[in-house]
Amino acid sequence: MAHPELFDLSIAHMDCDAFYASVEKRDDPELRDKPVIIGGGQRGVVSTACYIARIRGVRSAMPMFQALKLCPEAVVIKPRMSRYVEVSRQVRAMMEEMTPSIEPLSLDEAFLDLTGTARLHGAPPAVMLARLVRRMETELGISGSIGLSHNKFLAKVASDLDKPRGFAVIGRAETQAFLKTQPVRLIWGVGAAGQEALDRAGIRTIDDLLRWDRKELSQRFGQMGERLWHLARGEDNRRVTRDAAVKSISKETTFNEDTADRELLDGHLWRLAEQVSDRAKAKELCGGTVVLKLRRANFSLLSRRQALREPSQMADRIYRTARELLDHVTEPGPFRLIGVGIADLAPAARADLTGDLLDPDAARRAQAERATDAIRKRFGSDAIVKGRSLRGRTPG
Amino acid sequence: MKISIERATLLKAVAQAQSVVERRNTIPILANVLIEAEGDTVSFRATDLDIEVVDKAAAQVERAGATTVSAVMLHEIVRKLPDGSLVQLADDSAAGRLTVTAGRSTFNLATLPKEDFPVMATSEYTSKFSADAKTLRKLFDKSKFAISTEETRYYLNGVYMHVATGEDGQVLRCVATDGHRLARIDSPLPAGAEGMPGVIVPRKTVNELRKLLEDDEAQIAVSVSETKVRFATPQITLTSKVIDGTFPDYTRVIPMGNTRKLEVDAKEFANAVDRVATVSSERSRAVKLALDEDRLVLSVNAPDSGAAEEELAVAYGDERLEIGFNAKYLLEIANQVDRENAVFLFNSSGDPTLMREGGDTSAVYVVMPMRV
Repeated sequence: MAHPELFDLSIAHMDCDAFYASVEKRDDPELRDKPVIIGGGQRGVVSTACYIARIRGVRSAMPMFQALKLCPEAVVIKPRMSRYVEVSRQVRAMMEEMTPSIEPLSLDEAFLDLTGTARLHGAPPAVMLARLVRRMETELGISGSIGLSHNKFLAKVASDLDKPRGFAVIGRAETQAFLKTQPVRLIWGVGAAGQEALDRAGIRTIDDLLRWDRKELSQRFGQMGERLWHLARGEDNRRVTRDAAVKSISKETTFNEDTADRELLDGHLWRLAEQVSDRAKAKELCGGTVVLKLRRANFSLLSRRQALREPSQMADRIYRTARELLDHVTEPGPFRLIGVGIADLAPAARADLTGDLLDPDAARRAQAERATDAIRKRFGSDAIVKGRSLRGRTPG
Repeated sequence: MKISIERATLLKAVAQAQSVVERRNTIPILANVLIEAEGDTVSFRATDLDIEVVDKAAAQVERAGATTVSAVMLHEIVRKLPDGSLVQLADDSAAGRLTVTAGRSTFNLATLPKEDFPVMATSEYTSKFSADAKTLRKLFDKSKFAISTEETRYYLNGVYMHVATGEDGQVLRCVATDGHRLARIDSPLPAGAEGMPGVIVPRKTVNELRKLLEDDEAQIAVSVSETKVRFATPQITLTSKVIDGTFPDYTRVIPMGNTRKLEVDAKEFANAVDRVATVSSERSRAVKLALDEDRLVLSVNAPDSGAAEEELAVAYGDERLEIGFNAKYLLEIANQVDRENAVFLFNSSGDPTLMREGGDTSAVYVVMPMRV
């Protein structure tokens, strides 16, 4: 790999390739050359599909029956969260050897700030990152893609350019030229709804965005407009930080076609709950309240929330609570979007403290899935205190 | 229909009817109470399609007949009438109105035809027995706090009433659990209850049943089938569908081998738990119990808001033990104890704990500890 700025860039985004599926393939070599789909849980929506299945057109968030129509010989595996947490911890430990400045986004992706680490390691960030993915392959048997750039936005964009086993670099010099040709959906946080709003303003590519005046953008799109103006220019000065004050964690899906199919909504619910749980674990947080969000065909929003008996970060608990909320929605739909989230966040150490008499394994699973231990080991009790002070900022 | 009825009698009947009707239902007739007058009695029937209650009251019937009217509105009106008044109900089916008159007050309420009122299908009851109010009160009052509200485990949203084998032979047993705590209450098996199918009595039915059990001496006729349960006094008949599901095998989760025994005055214990829990503002407040030779230290440590500690003299002779619980759960089970000391049996800090009243094994409670 050659790039004039290769040794000057230090903000990276690491994203494991089809993480859940890779872990399953690693644990069962028989699966190696077979299409593997992780999903199900309750009723089927695809959580992750391996690259073989992706070639056949299988995508995450696709209803399972559709995925199996495209790829009938696929092996469908129920997610084994505690296993993924375990591998995620090992990846995290490898990253922590490189820099303390890590911002996990979920079990399988994280930002790393390697600024100033070259002297310590005797190698520039690019080399360290290449070593990281090599170690992941040889020691853990999973692959990852790296994006390296001069800020978070571009690093995240870069990691996706060359997947799987990618290593993409966006230097300062080519930032403008690269962005110009890209569609606006490339910008992180521009979901389907945002895209439609931009579309109505005639903005489809980042180049379109560049033609807008900064004031006009913020007048029309509010805070998002301001952000778009900067991001279109490749400017993003958010720091890589583990302790960003998170108030809630949520995930949502916009459907290709509005749907009133409860089974399908339920399938998405499970997948989204899993993603929320995944992120909560990566962030060492748990939630005291579960939130369900539905967007009606006319774009209006319906939102329901339910306090939990005790805070949780377990996918199963989040799903079950969201499912109850969904069952109470008497409106038949159709809906264009479904989202699940947790709020009233607290440090993970407070999650799922009481076991379940009827499910004696639940406590063990919760324990296994809790990622706190790794952090405590590495950063001492300080990491936990930070968590507490964080709670002070959110209403208990 | 035209009747005269005492306000107090009417109030009691419509109160029960209005608590059964579903407030937010979309079928208008379900908000109504069916009033049927015949001979010298008038009956008030209300249903939410899962529960049906029929209340019979003595009244002066001038003209027999039947109509339906909003249960909530009728209840509100009767409630606001002066005590001791005589209330007259007269319906004009052609106009679709019911006139309620008491003293100088007159109300005209919209009615719906009685033919539209859904009457619950009768069931073939396979078991019939009689139980006194006191027995049923114990069975349901002591178990209902543990009923789950979690709808995904709908089979836990009620009390499992069944025949079981206790220490001294067969018993009528009620069990409820939400996964965090469990209550198992026994009572001698009433004659005729042998062979009764086990049924899960829904929470709402348990609450409605309570109103039939106020009088200690009352005998309740209980009828049970696979799908329905009926409780009846001479005045009131409560019929309910049972929860269609399988209650989990609770016997597996009741710890039998717990040996570390703590005996404590339940009232004192509950008060102490309540006091120390004050310093925590969390929803699930954790109380730590530290046990040592005849000494119990209760403590709460809430990093954001404060800490509290209280020591109690207790009877405990086993090894040192530290175990945490949700304060609310401890309070709830301690509040079930009304005669003797509370006896707790622990195993380890991670295992379910058992609680009973003195040596009485007819009411046992299990509670899951909380990591602290």
